[in-house]
Amino acid sequence: MGRTFGRVDKWSAFWSSVIREIDKLGMGSIVIVSIISVFIGAVISIQLAVQIDSPLIPKFTIGFGTRDTVILEFSSTVIGLILAGKVGSNIGSEIGSMRVSEQIDALEIMGVNSANYLILPKIVAALIINPILTLMSMILGILGGYIACISSGLLDSDTFIFGAQYYFKPWHLYYSLIKSIVFAFIITSISCYKGYYVEGGSEEVGKASTKAVVNSSISILFWNLILTVLLLL
Amino acid sequence: MIEVKNANKHFGTNHVLKDINATFEDGKCNLIIGRSGSGKTVLMKCLVGLFTPETGEILYDGRDFAHATSAEKKKIRQDIGMVFQGGALFDSLNCEENIAFPLKMFTKMTRTEIKERVNYCMDRVNLVNANKLFPSEISGGMKKRVAIARAIALKPKYLFFDEPNSGLDPQTSIVIDELIIEITKEINATTIINTHDMNSVFEMGERIIYIFKGEKNWEGDFTQIAKSDNKELIDFIFASNLLKRVKDTF
Ligand SMILES: Nc1ncnc2c1ncn2[C@@H]1O[C@H](COP(=O)(O)OP(=O)(O)OP(=O)(O)O)[C@@H](O)[C@H]1O
Ligand SMILES: [Mg+2]
Repeated sequence: MGRTFGRVDKWSAFWSSVIREIDKLGMGSIVIVSIISVFIGAVISIQLAVQIDSPLIPKFTIGFGTRDTVILEFSSTVIGLILAGKVGSNIGSEIGSMRVSEQIDALEIMGVNSANYLILPKIVAALIINPILTLMSMILGILGGYIACISSGLLDSDTFIFGAQYYFKPWHLYYSLIKSIVFAFIITSISCYKGYYVEGGSEEVGKASTKAVVNSSISILFWNLILTVLLLL
Repeated sequence: MIEVKNANKHFGTNHVLKDINATFEDGKCNLIIGRSGSGKTVLMKCLVGLFTPETGEILYDGRDFAHATSAEKKKIRQDIGMVFQGGALFDSLNCEENIAFPLKMFTKMTRTEIKERVNYCMDRVNLVNANKLFPSEISGGMKKRVAIARAIALKPKYLFFDEPNSGLDPQTSIVIDELIIEITKEINATTIINTHDMNSVFEMGERIIYIFKGEKNWEGDFTQIAKSDNKELIDFIFASNLLKRVKDTF
């Protein structure tokens, strides 16, 4: 795996791969991330509204709670898990099939450092795009909550917006973005590793891509806990 | 010239290559023949450095490849062209881009120079109207041609073919064989070919190495095969009844 981070053979080829991967991994995930964010944001705010049905608790808490849930946990971890499923299986099978069809050997024969050529652009692309997707998911999640509250008449616009801005700690945002960067690294490196070391035929490629998803999901849950303890406590 | 000296390779307890010694000459088609599972592919992969033999040396015109530093290896590899059994074309790139790939990675050629070289290589292997097609859209024979075009793009000194005829009909096989012979003569390459195609053996076997259960069992050229009294070799070459009858007419 050390060879992944070795010297890049040709920078122009490297950057064009990074752009291509950003397009594939990032743009390919925008739609699913947007849909999930809006809907879950809406559900979070409605559930909060139902639970906070007491005159003692101010209504703006709904906006406040939606914001914090979305920023702290939903946008980084849940989106991370969804991307582990989508991107992980995609990368695992792509690199795995390159291995079994000897395309990786062909790269090696030419004198290309195949690990570096295939894997590094994916990792770099994910490190760039995942925080952006996470940020987008936060905005859309809160927007979803807003739309749900306003359209169902649970809350008025000003109260939600007041709540959503109330006692905002920038550190929470940074914490979540740090998580998204770590998760991006976990998803891409585990999936690439699983694909790169496939042995056998197409059946093993399928298994590798499943393992890529399972292992990266579990690692995400584990590191989510570790980072939360380290950064929030 | 490529030399192998005392190469041994194990996979676990499976002793796949047993003390192989061989020399592969310039400007010739050097054939490695042997039954399925005898170790031909493993030997070829040792030669090109995809596997490292536990003992022995691999010399490319005197340069030791098996123990070279990665910078030296990289240098030697730019003189190597290899055609894999399944072609191993990059399926995210179309035919033209596949052939251009090594040129883009390892030369400072301009776009137009690359285009010219790609077109030359495609012409050389008689590929027409395939520039923009993807590997999934072309036939097995065309894949082999694209792979050959890609392998010769950088004007290699050493050419490797792992079963260039597998999965091809006899006529296409002959065309591919002739192409390999022509290219070898043209660039005076050290060409090494794994095959169990008897046609190829008699068509291009200027130097033949017969591998039997991981050991070099015989070497010579195709004119010497029929005269040989090596039982394993004879059984392998003249396996079919038709060929046995042909042999008896010699
Ligand atoms: N990566 C590997 N790991 C373990 N064993 C291997 C590996 N590659 C090959 N072998 C073993 O080495 C032996 C020789 O295999 P090899 O692929 O060289 O045969 P071959 O002569 O090329 O046969 P074929 O004509 O069918 O391609 C076989 O017994 C095979 O099981
Ligand atoms: Mg083989």
